[in-house]
Amino acid sequence: MHQVRLQIKGSDEARYSYSIDVQISAVLQYWSKPKNYPLFIRSVPVQNELKFHYTVHTSLDVVEEKISAVGKAMADQRELYLGLLYPTEDYKVYGYVTNSKVKFVIVVDSSNTSLRDNEIRSMFRKLHNSFTDVMCNPFYNPGDTIQSKAFDSIVSAMMVQAS
Amino acid sequence: MMEPQEEKPIIYTMENKPIVTCAGDQALFTSLYTPLAQQLPREPMEWKRSYGRAPKMIHLEANFVQFKEELLPKEGNKALLTFPFLHIYWTDCCDTEVYKASVRDNMMRWQGNLRLHGSADWVIVVVETSDAKKKNKTNILPRSSLVDKIRNDFCNKQNDRCVVLSDPLKNSSRSQESWSAFLLKLRTLLLMSFTQNLGRFEEDMRTLREKRNQPGWSFCDYFMVQEELAFVFEMLQQFEDALLQYDELDALFTQYVLNFGAGDGANWLGSFCSPVKSWTGLLLRRPIDMEKRDGIQRGQASLLELRSYLFCRQCTLLIFLQRPWEVTQRALELLHNCVQELCLLEVSMLEGALDCWVFLSCLEVLHRIEGCCDQAQLEANVSHTVGLWAYATDKLKSLGYMCGLVSERGPLSLELNRTVDLLAGLGDEKAETVHSLQSPYKKLKEALSSVEAFERHYLELSHAAVEMYTAIGRMRSARLVGKSLAEFYMRKGDPEQAESFLQNALGSYVSEGWSLPVTHTRKQMAECQKLLGKTENYLQTSALLAGDANLTNEERIHFCQEILTFADQSTDSKAQKVALSMSYFAQLKQLQFRPATATVHSGTALQVELCLRSLMPVAVPLEQLAASVHFNLEQGETNGKTRGPQRRPYPGTVLFPLGNSSAMPPSAAVPSLELEEIQDRSPSDPRTLNSTGMVCKNTHLVMRRRDSSPSPDTPNLVSPVPVVMEDGAKMLMSGDVTLLPGNNSIVFSVPSQELGTYTLRQLCATVGQVQFVLPHISPLVQYEVYSQEPQLTVEPLTDQLLAGLPQRAKVRLQTGHYTVKKGDALQLTNIDSIPILTSSSCPATIFNSTAERVDESVLFIQSSDKVTSISLPPTPPYHTLEFQLEVLCVIPSDPVRPENQRLTNGEIHHRPRSYSHPDNHMTAINQRMSVDCPWSIYSTPISLTFYIPFKAKHSLLSAGNRKYIQVCLQNVSDVNFHLMDQRLTEKHHESSLELQSLNTKAHQLVCSKQSVYCVWDVRWKENMPVCLQCVFSASFSSASEEVSAFKPYHYEFQLERVTTLYSVRAEIMPAAGQQNCHSGSLCGLEMSITRLAEPDDDEEDDGGTEEKGQTETEEVCSTKLMYEVAGSSWVVYGRSSGLVSMPADANANHRVQVELMPLFAGHLPFPDIKVFKYLPPSANSASQPDTDSCVENGMLSLIDRPLDDQGDTASFCSQGSVHSVGSGEQQSRVLPMPRLEPFSPGQVFNHSQGCQVLVLPSTDDCVLEINAT
Repeated sequence: MHQVRLQIKGSDEARYSYSIDVQISAVLQYWSKPKNYPLFIRSVPVQNELKFHYTVHTSLDVVEEKISAVGKAMADQRELYLGLLYPTEDYKVYGYVTNSKVKFVIVVDSSNTSLRDNEIRSMFRKLHNSFTDVMCNPFYNPGDTIQSKAFDSIVSAMMVQAS
Repeated sequence: MMEPQEEKPIIYTMENKPIVTCAGDQALFTSLYTPLAQQLPREPMEWKRSYGRAPKMIHLEANFVQFKEELLPKEGNKALLTFPFLHIYWTDCCDTEVYKASVRDNMMRWQGNLRLHGSADWVIVVVETSDAKKKNKTNILPRSSLVDKIRNDFCNKQNDRCVVLSDPLKNSSRSQESWSAFLLKLRTLLLMSFTQNLGRFEEDMRTLREKRNQPGWSFCDYFMVQEELAFVFEMLQQFEDALLQYDELDALFTQYVLNFGAGDGANWLGSFCSPVKSWTGLLLRRPIDMEKRDGIQRGQASLLELRSYLFCRQCTLLIFLQRPWEVTQRALELLHNCVQELCLLEVSMLEGALDCWVFLSCLEVLHRIEGCCDQAQLEANVSHTVGLWAYATDKLKSLGYMCGLVSERGPLSLELNRTVDLLAGLGDEKAETVHSLQSPYKKLKEALSSVEAFERHYLELSHAAVEMYTAIGRMRSARLVGKSLAEFYMRKGDPEQAESFLQNALGSYVSEGWSLPVTHTRKQMAECQKLLGKTENYLQTSALLAGDANLTNEERIHFCQEILTFADQSTDSKAQKVALSMSYFAQLKQLQFRPATATVHSGTALQVELCLRSLMPVAVPLEQLAASVHFNLEQGETNGKTRGPQRRPYPGTVLFPLGNSSAMPPSAAVPSLELEEIQDRSPSDPRTLNSTGMVCKNTHLVMRRRDSSPSPDTPNLVSPVPVVMEDGAKMLMSGDVTLLPGNNSIVFSVPSQELGTYTLRQLCATVGQVQFVLPHISPLVQYEVYSQEPQLTVEPLTDQLLAGLPQRAKVRLQTGHYTVKKGDALQLTNIDSIPILTSSSCPATIFNSTAERVDESVLFIQSSDKVTSISLPPTPPYHTLEFQLEVLCVIPSDPVRPENQRLTNGEIHHRPRSYSHPDNHMTAINQRMSVDCPWSIYSTPISLTFYIPFKAKHSLLSAGNRKYIQVCLQNVSDVNFHLMDQRLTEKHHESSLELQSLNTKAHQLVCSKQSVYCVWDVRWKENMPVCLQCVFSASFSSASEEVSAFKPYHYEFQLERVTTLYSVRAEIMPAAGQQNCHSGSLCGLEMSITRLAEPDDDEEDDGGTEEKGQTETEEVCSTKLMYEVAGSSWVVYGRSSGLVSMPADANANHRVQVELMPLFAGHLPFPDIKVFKYLPPSANSASQPDTDSCVENGMLSLIDRPLDDQGDTASFCSQGSVHSVGSGEQQSRVLPMPRLEPFSPGQVFNHSQGCQVLVLPSTDDCVLEINAT
C-alpha cells in the first residue's frame, strides 16, 4: 500500500524524460530525483533498450543547454516544447520540459516519417496531462518512479498509435 | 576550372551580371561605357515582386555586350544566365537626313530581330552633344523633332522607350540631370524586364513541376531549370531567394525518396538507386562543382552526388549569407538523412563506404567553416561544430573496427581487401586539396593505411570531441565519447587507459541513477579491472554485478562465481583478507532484539536476529558472520540528563531503510531530511519559551555536494572503503551460515555480562579470502545491560491509610541483582504506634522482570517484642516479590507527645509529624519504620502516612452554677463509622465529681463529614476542682465492614476554672414615665454583678496565685472588676465602662447604671456586657516583663475590638493612650501599669444573655433614612 508522505523538495530537482521509438513503438520515460533521475522509461524494441537509455541520457545535455539558454526572466512564458534536441543517424530525439523542470524525452526512429513536429507536440501535451494526473494522486510520492497504470496505458496507447 | 562552352559567355558565379546588349553606334557606347557601368549600381531600386513576395531594394549591375543575333535566346532555351534582359540602341544622330538614310534602317533591322525573338525589352538612347549641333548647322532640326521622329517610327505608344542623354561627357548640371534620368529609366526597364522574364520563367518552371507525376518527367531536368532561377537570383545577389530554390529542390527530392519508401516509386529515381561507386565526400571549396552538375544534367548522378552537389550549393549561399553555423547544422542533418535515404532506396554500397563518405564530409564541412571564420568565432560556436566532430569520430571508429585496425593483432587479409576497396572508391584527390597537408582525403587514407596511423587519428578526433563537449558543458556527451574511447582501449588491450574513462562514465550514470547504462558500463569496468589485476575492485564490481537485476541470471551467477572462486583460493601467505563493502552483497534489512526492550539486566540472555537480504543469485556459504560491538561503560540509570527522542524506548525491531532493489542505487537517492523540533526554554522558568525552531539533523548528508565528491557508496569510484574490523572490539559471531538468495535470518546471542551500553557498529561476512564489511550500521542499534540494587517499597493499597483501623499495605521487593535465599527475612522494628497485625502467614507473589506472575508462596511472619520478622521465600534476581501487610496505626489520644523516642536500633525516631490533609482536613501522621534487609547492613526506612478520621472538640456550658461538658466528634474521613460507647471520664477520678451522661443513644452512625455531639452534666458535691482533666472515649468501627471490630478512640482534654464566680444581670428600663423604650430616646440600663463564690477558692493557676498575693498585700477584701457595655444597636451615654470593686464575701452585689439610647426600633438584643478582672499596677508585676506584655496584650485586645463599639471604646482608647503617652516607653518599665484579664468562659454567667427589649419607634418625628448606595 502506498504511504502518504509529505516531502519538501526543490522543484528544480525534478527531472523527467520520456522517449519513444515510433517505428517499433518504444517509449522511454524518465524523471530524476537528485538530478535527472529516471522516473519512467519505456521502450518497445527491448533489444535496443540500452542504446535508448544512452541516447536519452545524453540528450539531457541538450535539454539543459536549451533551458539555460532561455533567459531567466523569460522562463515563465517559455515554450515547454523544446523541439528536436538533436538528430542521430538512427533516432530523432525530442524534448519537453515542464515548468517544474520535469523533462520528457521522446526518441523516434529516424526512418519514421509519419510523425511531424505537430504530432510530437501533441504527444508531449498528452504525456504532460497524464503526468499531472499522476502527480495529483495523493498516494504518489513525488520523485518515485511512476507505476501508475493509467499513465502506463496512455504511453502504450501512444506508442501503438505512433508505430 | 571548367571549360566554357563555345556559344555561351563565361559563367563564373559572382562575376555574372545580367546581360544587356548594345547596338547602334559602338563608338558612342564605348565612350559612355565607363560612366555607365560605374553609375548604374550606385543607387538601389525597389524591386516589386509578383506572388506577394516582399519588395526588395536591389543594386543593379549589368554586363554590357555588343548586340549579336546569336545572343537572342532560341525557342525552348531555358538558360537564364545568358538571357539578355535589355537591348539598347545607341545613336547620337541629330541630322534628319542621316537618320533617314542609315540610322533608321539600322534600327528597323535591330527591332525586327528583336521582335522575331519575342523580346520586348529594348530602349533607344539618343545622345545629344552640343558639338554635334554646331557641326551640322544646315540640317539642324530641333532635337525634339528627331526624337519625336524616332518615337513615332519605333515607339508605338511606348514613348518611354526612347531616352535622350544630353552632353553625357560634360560636367554640367544639365548633363547630370540627363544622366540620372537616363539611369533611372535604365534601371526601371531592367527591373521590368526581370520581373517579366523571371515571371515567365517561373511560370514555365511551375508548369514543368506540375507535370512531375507524368511519366517521363525527370527530376534532373527540372533541377536544371530551377537551378537556373537560383543562378539568376544569385547573380542579382539575392542569395536568400537563390537558397530558397535549392531548398525547394531539396524538399522535393526528399519527398520523392520518402514516397519511394512508402512504395510510390518514380521512374526517374531509378538512376539514384544504382550502386554507388564513388564516395568522395562533399566538396565545398568550389562555388559550383561542375563535374557533379554535369552528372546531374546527364541524369547519371548517384544519390550521394546529387546530395553533395545540392549541399555544396546551399553551403556556398549560406556562407554568402554569413550563416556558417547553419551549414554545420544542415550538414549533420544531411549526413543523417543520406544514410537514411540510402537505406530507404536500398542502394547497394560497399560496407564502410558510407562511413567513408560521412567521415570525409564531416571533415570537409569543418574545414570549410574553419576557412571562413576566425578562431574566436569557432571557439564561441563549438556547440555547432561538435556534433560533426563526434560524428566523424564515430564513423572513423566503425571504419577502424571494420578494417581490423583496432584489434591487437592487426588487420586480417579480408579486412585489408576491404580497406583497399574502400580506398578505391575515394578516387583521386581533388585538385583543390592536393597541396593541402591536412585534407580530409589525406587523413582518411592515412588513417586506413596502418594501425598506428588510425590510432593517432582516432585519438586526435576523440580527444577533440571530448574537449569540445567538456568546454560547452555537455558532460554526458563527453563521457559517452570517453566511454567509446575506453572500448577502443580495451580492444587495443590497454585497460589502464580505459579505466579512467569508464570510471567517469560510470560515475555519471550512477549519480544520476540510470540503471541500464550503469550495468552495461560496470560490466565493461569489470572486464577492465580483471585485466588490470585490481583484485579488490574487480571483486567489488563483480559483487555489484552479481546482485544486478538488469543482468540475466547466467551473468549474475558468473560474477558471483568469480567471487567465490577467488574466495576459495588458498593463499599460502596469510595475507590480509580482501575487504569489500557489504552493501551490494547483502542488505541488512532488519534487526530484532529479543527481548524487544533491548535492555536487559546483566547475565540475561539477549538475542539479536538479523535479517540479511542476500543479493547474490546463488547460495553463498559464509565461514563466519560477525558483528562488532562497541562497549560503552555508561550506565543507563546514571545518565541523568534525558537524551530526548534517542532515549525513547527502543523498539524491538530496527528497520534499515534502503533504496528499493538494485534499480535505484542508494547513492542516487537523496537522504530524507531528519527534522527535529528544538525548544529553547529560559533557564529560570521552564514554562516560558524563548524560541523554537526546526533543526535538520543530517545536513552533512543532505547538503553534501554530489558532483565533485563521489559517494562512498559507489565502490568503483573510490578505493575500497577502509573497512578493517576494529581490533579488540567485542564481536558477535555466527559460524557457517549459508546465505540463500533473498532474506536470511541469523540469530546472535549477545554477551550481557558487563554493565553498560553496547552499540552494534559493523557487520562482517567472511567468505574464504573475502570479507564483506558493512562499515556502519545506521540507524544506531544499541542495547543496554544494567544492574539494579534490591529495592523495598511499601505503599498503601487504598487511597489513604486511616489511623485507628487495620489497613493493608503492599510490600514490593525488587530483588535486583540479589538472590533471595531461603531463610532471608525482613526485620521490621516495631513501633508502639503501629503494630503489625501478624496474621502469621500471608500469601506472596513473585513476578519476573517482564511483570509476569511466576510463583506464589506464603510468608511467615513472626513477631517479638521489638522486631517483626518476615521470612521471605527464595526469589531469583530481577524478580519482584509482592505481599500485603496489615498494619494499624494507633490514634494518639493526645497530640502532644514526647519529643523524641529512641528506636531500638539507635535511630532517632522523630515524633510523627501531624499535618492536615489538604483535601479533607484530616490530620495526617507520618509513620516511619525501619526495615533491616538481608542484602544490606543498613536499615531501610519506610514511611507510611495515616490519616486520623476524627476531629474532636470540647466546650464547657454553664447555666448559673451548673456546668455541662459538650464533646463534638466530627467524622472528617470519607468513610461512615459506627460509634458506640461514648464515655467521658475524669482522669483523676475525683469522687466528688459526677459526670452524668445526657446522651440517649448508645450506638450511633457517623456519616462522612458529619458530627456527633455528646453532653455530660457535671455535678460535684464538694469543691469543684480547679482543673478538670477529662478523657472522652468512644468505640468506632467502619460501617462498611461486615464484622465490625470496634476500635477505641480517645480524646483527652482539660478544663480549668470551671466554677462560676460572678453572675451578671442586666435590665433595661424605659425613660421615666414611659411604658416602652423609644428609639432615639434615652433609657436606662441597670446591671447587677453578683459574686457567687469565694475568691479564695477562685484561682489556683499561676496567674491566680500571683493575683492572690496582690489582693492580700493591697486590698484584702475586694476584687476590682471592670465592666464594659457595648452593643451595635445602642449608643451609650456617658461612660460605657467602669471599675467595680467587689467585696470578697459571697453574694456581694454591685449595681451599675448606664444610660443608653437605642438606635432602632424593634426587639433589640441587650447590649453586650463584658466583665474583666482589673489588676491594678503594682511594682511586682512591673518588674516582671511578662506583665508588661500582658498589659500590652490586654490593651491590644481591647483596641482590636470591632469598630461598632467605637463610641464606648473611645474612653478606653483614651485611657490606654493616656497611659502610654503619660508613661512613655521607658517609663513603662518603671511605672507599673494596670492590667485587664478576661475571665475563663465558665467564670462569669450572664443572665440576660440573649434577652431582648422592645423598642418603639420614636413618636415625634419619623425620619426615614434611605441610604442609597
